Amino acid sequence: MNDSKPSHGSLDDASLSQLYQEVILDHYRKPRNKGDVEDVTHTITMNNPLCGDVIDLLIQVKGGRIADIGFKGKGCSISQASASMMTERLKGMTVDEALALSGTFTKMLHGDGEAADDAELGDLRALQGVSKFPVRVKCALLAWNCLEELVGPDA
Amino acid sequence: MKTLAALDVAKVRGDFPILGREVHGRPLVYLDSAASSQKPRAVIDAMSDYLSSHHSNVHRGAHQLSVEATDAYEGARARVAGFIGAASPDEVVFTRGTTESINLVAYAWGRSVEPGDEIVLTVMEHHSNIVPWQLLAERTGAVIRYATLTPEGRLDVDHLASLIGPATKLVGVTHVSNTLGVMNPVAEIAEITHEAGALCLVDGAQAAPHGAVDVRALGCDFYAFSAHKMCGPTGIGALWARPELLEAMPPFQGGGEMISEVRLEGSTWAPVPQKFEAGTPAIAEAVGFGAAIDYLESAGLDAIRAHEEEIARYALDRLGELDHLRIVGPTRDRLGVISFLYGDIHAHDLATILDRRGVAIRAGHHCNQPLMDYLGVDATARASFYLYTSRADIDILVEALFAARDLFGGFA
Repeated sequence: MNDSKPSHGSLDDASLSQLYQEVILDHYRKPRNKGDVEDVTHTITMNNPLCGDVIDLLIQVKGGRIADIGFKGKGCSISQASASMMTERLKGMTVDEALALSGTFTKMLHGDGEAADDAELGDLRALQGVSKFPVRVKCALLAWNCLEELVGPDA
Repeated sequence: MKTLAALDVAKVRGDFPILGREVHGRPLVYLDSAASSQKPRAVIDAMSDYLSSHHSNVHRGAHQLSVEATDAYEGARARVAGFIGAASPDEVVFTRGTTESINLVAYAWGRSVEPGDEIVLTVMEHHSNIVPWQLLAERTGAVIRYATLTPEGRLDVDHLASLIGPATKLVGVTHVSNTLGVMNPVAEIAEITHEAGALCLVDGAQAAPHGAVDVRALGCDFYAFSAHKMCGPTGIGALWARPELLEAMPPFQGGGEMISEVRLEGSTWAPVPQKFEAGTPAIAEAVGFGAAIDYLESAGLDAIRAHEEEIARYALDRLGELDHLRIVGPTRDRLGVISFLYGDIHAHDLATILDRRGVAIRAGHHCNQPLMDYLGVDATARASFYLYTSRADIDILVEALFAARDLFGGFA
């Protein structure tokens, strides 16, 4: 970081650079697991009415495991990258493992440093920067809220 | 015609305390006035003085403070009436804002609506000029029809005219679009509406702040607007209506203030406009509304309008420097509200990035979901200007957009 007067184009804001990391923009522009899933057992559509972010989450649960997972939707880079990264991470996990990870991820977004250090999160730690932008936390959690609604304790 | 004195923007900016603050370590660049304008010291002081020295309830009590509060409240009504060219303050009903003004008409005038009656609106209406009519249609069996736009993004007046017929009871149209920045030919629309024997309601929320509104010249029947978009406080606005309509309409809400006599067997109503003002009104806010009008008139409405047009032209020119930036709606002859899309950066990401540079813009559907659907866009960024917007504000906006582009690694 330098203290010189920012010229246009300079990445003069560390929290912004942390928010829009390359891996997040990559998932936003090239989303993984976007589209239909065969033999879907669980599906839901959720939105953020204020933002207009929309996520359809599609899961095929087989023998307590997330055998396949995909999403559709539209919205900001954070909501779409979070959905893409989530599907990549959850594929093959047991439902219980997925929900545990969802809990850790949610804590990280609410600023819990200990949760953010959990190696289980893997690439998802790239989304830690969202915790500095309270109004954007709901964008990052949208796909995870879909998961909780589909297979969580209150499902 | 007297010569138009140019607005002294530096002096105007000095009148708005909030423009002196910083956001994330940068000077505030407030480009969200179409959502809500900032407040000059004169308005803040007028409300403070009223609350400090004159407050009481209005229209009751013989004591001195009640007289002073009533004078302040009714004085504000007279200022609002003067501002829009009403023949009498009695034609002005104080409401919570544009939304409540339109709901008042949809509810009270709407009592005369029957199944099959038609309400004609446009696809560019704000939700507040759509949803009250949808509720009315649900209650009564009325039908709503929507006029569309020209390819350039202006109201298709021919299409609107083609929708108006013998079944039309009311035509509701926004004076200025909060997304497209276009001004609609309200006088022409009112004339077409009256030829069909229908009434014309105008949503003036985005027009009243930006220059002289003359309801009699417009020839409409209802005109709704809000104080908070024109330098006044939140929580107050006005409905102007032709006096004979106000006389004929039943009350909106019941309670104190709006009655003449209350008996257990039934009640009679106060004369207009009190008939539509149930309960203790927003007195301090009305005082602030009046002070806002005084402020705008002393700055000069024509000068404000000319300044905004100049800033809008400058902004359109400067935004034109950005490749991959698409203006939503007309790219010329628009008022100081510019919606745009920028490459593949979602509007919410843009708003976050700009905010870190102190630049406040709106992102989303701007309470214009049907318009967004019609235009085939999900969300837009919107920069809106007012009398305190400077060229420097626009330059900082453009710099911040370049920075956003670079943060996203450019566009494919």
